[in-house]
Amino acid sequence: MDAQSALFLIFAGVMLVAALRVITARNPVHAVLFLVLAFFSAAALWILLRAEFLAIALVLVYVGAVMVLFLFVVMMLDINIDKLRRGFWRNAPWGFGVAALIVLQMWLVLSQPQWQGMTRSGPGIANADNIRALGMLTFTEYVFPLQIAGVILLVAIIAAIALTLRGRKDSKSQDPSQQVQARSEDRVRLVTMATASDERRAAPSSSRAPAGGGRAATGGEA
Amino acid sequence: MVSLSWYLGVGALLFAISVVGIFLNRKNLIVLLMAIELMLLAVNINFVAFSHYLGDYHGQVFVFFILTVAAAESAIGLAILVVLFRNLSTIDVQELDLLKG
Repeated sequence: MDAQSALFLIFAGVMLVAALRVITARNPVHAVLFLVLAFFSAAALWILLRAEFLAIALVLVYVGAVMVLFLFVVMMLDINIDKLRRGFWRNAPWGFGVAALIVLQMWLVLSQPQWQGMTRSGPGIANADNIRALGMLTFTEYVFPLQIAGVILLVAIIAAIALTLRGRKDSKSQDPSQQVQARSEDRVRLVTMATASDERRAAPSSSRAPAGGGRAATGGEA
Repeated sequence: MVSLSWYLGVGALLFAISVVGIFLNRKNLIVLLMAIELMLLAVNINFVAFSHYLGDYHGQVFVFFILTVAAAESAIGLAILVVLFRNLSTIDVQELDLLKG
């Protein structure tokens, strides 16, 4: 057995054991930590497959961001574990049956002879610059899906904030729809008053009625 | 030498483990989300293995997009979980029967 096979077996074994502990751990915090271990082992497997960029992205994005998010949520919620663990093993036979079926089907496929010969890396993979090759693909052929991925992340940010945001009761925020619906009559109230003297009423400037001037001012304000 | 079928076998085993996790933890919504993450990881392992052994980088680009969408999915899922716990004080899936489904 060469070194690569030994490393593969070690990392794959650690990953599978960690995954088993994720689904059986009693404490959700332990489950998250085992999930981190599983992701680290998967990143090591990807480095064995010479997918360095994805391995590093997995550690940075998943272990660095998503798992921390999981830990935050797990520690924020006050869960009664005993209540959630009740009847834990009741559906276990069904679960193991379905899992055995999946593994059996995969084994039936993989036991075909054409899968056994693929032990050599693909052409150009062995001594290629992984990040360069991925970048060439991502920013030429996949540039439109890349933009869509960015939009999806933006939607996720906005949705997560909008779902969990609790506005303060006493915050003095503006309501744009009410602002748009405002009419000039709501803003300015025109009052007809008796003028101070009769001379000014008789003067030529009386053609500029107070009402007209008020409306013009209101229009400018609106 | 490590062959492609080893990686595919590991991916299948990981997927099967997460299926068992969904069956076992049907009350705990957090562990259900974690099992979904494990499933996506198993699929990604298959993609990367095929990409390596076929010499085709398109699979790795696909994994990149799957990682993006999975991150968005878990962020929204956890936000829904927080809102759910705030309103019902439980994360038991079986108590989410407001729609009488």
